[in-house]
Amino acid sequence: MPQRIKMVERDPNVRNKDFQEVNLGYSDDQALTEAKRCLHCKNPMCVTGCPVEVNIPEFIHELANNNPAGAIKVIKSKSNLPAVCGRVCPQEKQCESKCILGIKQEPIAIGNLERYAADWAAKNIKEENFDIKPNGIKVAVIGSGPAGLTCAGDLAKLGYDVTIFESLHDSGGVLRYGIPEFRLPVAVLDKEVDSLKKLGIKFVFNYLIGRTKTVEDLFNEGFKAIFVGTGAGLPTFPGVEGENLNNIYSANEFLVRINLMNAFQFPEYDTPVHKGKNVVVIGGGNTAMDSVRTAKRIGAQSVKLLYRRTQNEMPARLEERKHALEEGIEFIELTAPKKFISDDKGFVKAVECVKMQLTEPDASGRRKPVEIEGSNFVIETDLVILALGLNPNPILPSLTKGLQTDKKGHLIVDDKFMTTREGIFAGGDIAGGSTVIQAMGMGKQAAKNIHAYLTK
Amino acid sequence: MYRGIDVWKNSKLQLQDSKKNVFSDFQLNIFYKRYIIFEIYNSEKDMFKIIKKEVLSSVIKSFEIEAPDIAKNIKPGQFIVLRLHEKGERFPLTVAGKNLEKGTIKIIFQTVGKSTTELGNLKEGDFIRDIVGPLGKPTEIENFGTVVAMAGGVGTAELLPVISDLLKAGNKVITIVGARNKDLLLLQDELKANSTELLTATDDGSYGIKGFVTNVLADVIKREKVNIVYAIGPVPMMKAVSNMTKEYNLKTLVSLNPIMVDGTGMCGACRVSVDKKIRFACVDGPEFDGHLVDWDELTSRLKAFKENEKAALEKYKEILNMECKCHKE
Repeated sequence: MPQRIKMVERDPNVRNKDFQEVNLGYSDDQALTEAKRCLHCKNPMCVTGCPVEVNIPEFIHELANNNPAGAIKVIKSKSNLPAVCGRVCPQEKQCESKCILGIKQEPIAIGNLERYAADWAAKNIKEENFDIKPNGIKVAVIGSGPAGLTCAGDLAKLGYDVTIFESLHDSGGVLRYGIPEFRLPVAVLDKEVDSLKKLGIKFVFNYLIGRTKTVEDLFNEGFKAIFVGTGAGLPTFPGVEGENLNNIYSANEFLVRINLMNAFQFPEYDTPVHKGKNVVVIGGGNTAMDSVRTAKRIGAQSVKLLYRRTQNEMPARLEERKHALEEGIEFIELTAPKKFISDDKGFVKAVECVKMQLTEPDASGRRKPVEIEGSNFVIETDLVILALGLNPNPILPSLTKGLQTDKKGHLIVDDKFMTTREGIFAGGDIAGGSTVIQAMGMGKQAAKNIHAYLTK
Repeated sequence: MYRGIDVWKNSKLQLQDSKKNVFSDFQLNIFYKRYIIFEIYNSEKDMFKIIKKEVLSSVIKSFEIEAPDIAKNIKPGQFIVLRLHEKGERFPLTVAGKNLEKGTIKIIFQTVGKSTTELGNLKEGDFIRDIVGPLGKPTEIENFGTVVAMAGGVGTAELLPVISDLLKAGNKVITIVGARNKDLLLLQDELKANSTELLTATDDGSYGIKGFVTNVLADVIKREKVNIVYAIGPVPMMKAVSNMTKEYNLKTLVSLNPIMVDGTGMCGACRVSVDKKIRFACVDGPEFDGHLVDWDELTSRLKAFKENEKAALEKYKEILNMECKCHKE
């Protein structure tokens, strides 16, 4: 049995200075060889690991028969954003973790093959034909992130007249403002959004439902169901002294400035960002990885990642951690911030840290970190980025009657993804999801249930 | 999606490639500016048209902008976030009024940095690329009794819809406005029409009472029972008002203006400390209890991009000047 084919990556010391994509994708031959490794199991376990239920063995079978057009058709019947999923899904925790090949050797590279099929399609398929019979029923989707796009795509394919309302000036939600260019190029996202537009989905930008218009207005305008995918909102701050000093950003602020507003090209673009020399990023998720790698790319001399547990407990994708280390990011494990120290002008100049040790597992199953007394030390820095997670966006739930939230502010949904108000469904971060693919899975399930609700 | 800005970038690269050094940076910058103007004029779809422009003073301008959905739902105290063009930044402005029949909103703003200067240079019939709103919580309007409503500088415009509703709700509204001199005073007639009493102060005494709005406030507090104070304007003014009313234990609402990016509760740039807790001006505010705001922190945070702001404005003026010289030749 041949070995799993590694995707070619650009040299870490070259790529950490620009925003071009890190992974270069499979060549035709590589894809063919890798696809042929698939055992084509009778009871494929990989499919059970996919939140959007892509028929993985079938699309790989098409690739093995050198038929990428057939492969993309199989994928697209389930996933509306294959070029995105192939790049940002944590496959090692999902489909690939279930692959039988993985028991004795490495699992088949499902993500790489999905990306290959999607990129092949973007290059070679000009017109996509979907047999859509419009049913004239209006559905509103609020938020154009992964949950909203998936839900909208599935509903459009079923014939619904779908309008997406987006509060920012561009589509994609976290896929555009959060995930950096070197991981998910804007051109790839634009292409995915374009193919959704071809399904007849309408996009309305600069529209904050709850404020610009209310949910009541939408129902009055004839929308029969509403899907809420308004995503994560307010960033979490550590609650330590000095956290509001200048040049301490939330990861969202840092990434929005750079990804959405092109701040690294200031003053050609109007939005500024502080390009730190000695950067400290705090957190261990994908957003933290995106932040360290972005900081490096816009010119930081040193970038340190502080995490209160060890690498093994980090929620970030394995690949992102590996890439970050290769690109010269220093991981400082078992360390938490105690205090941010100011210069005489109110800008951060250092962070006082404390070492941690791991004790018994907590509710999340991970071992709980506790401070080691007297282990305080100071790291000098001129830019701190806090990637400590987000709370759900509070605007829509707080302004809409009948929507109940849990203690953390997530919309409460039933097993059909309907909120506590009839006709309003929700998915993604606002309903407790936390990754792109979870959001897509929830969007997909919601679309099914919206269809059932509207046809009952 | 096809982006105008990529067209510009590509064409710039092609120009540089094909005709090496034929175009100077100077000329390329002019192309760039033309491109921006081209964009503003030519992609009208879903954009926001400037219906009317008034120049109120050398630095204060008033725009009426077509935005029917925002006009329909905006309430006093709320703001909008604008982005002028594809390369523009997102910045907040408080709305000074609306016209439901025409479907327009009114903004009155002072040209301070690059974006407000560029906005001020737009003309009637021009378009603004993006506007989202209304944002933030509206002012809570109820019958408090006697309200002192205070504004400094361009805050005066933002005060107008607030006092208009406060007056309608049955309050006795004593409005105090201040400016450096007579020329910088705004909307005196409108303020008068929407207040029970209007008191005006100028720093140099060229109109009304000589002194600061806080001096006038002190007199009013001595003179009668005030139930609540509302203040909007520059941070030093709101801070001074809050410090004064704190001594009298007189409830004071202030409308804060921290740096914002998205304005929809996502980035945390607008965080302020209120009662030692982090609050986000874009979703929890913009109005807060002035006695609980950490004013020094806010003052410091407003300076986070001071150097960048200066550089951006200088570069913009440079390009404008080049353009002018070019026309003269």
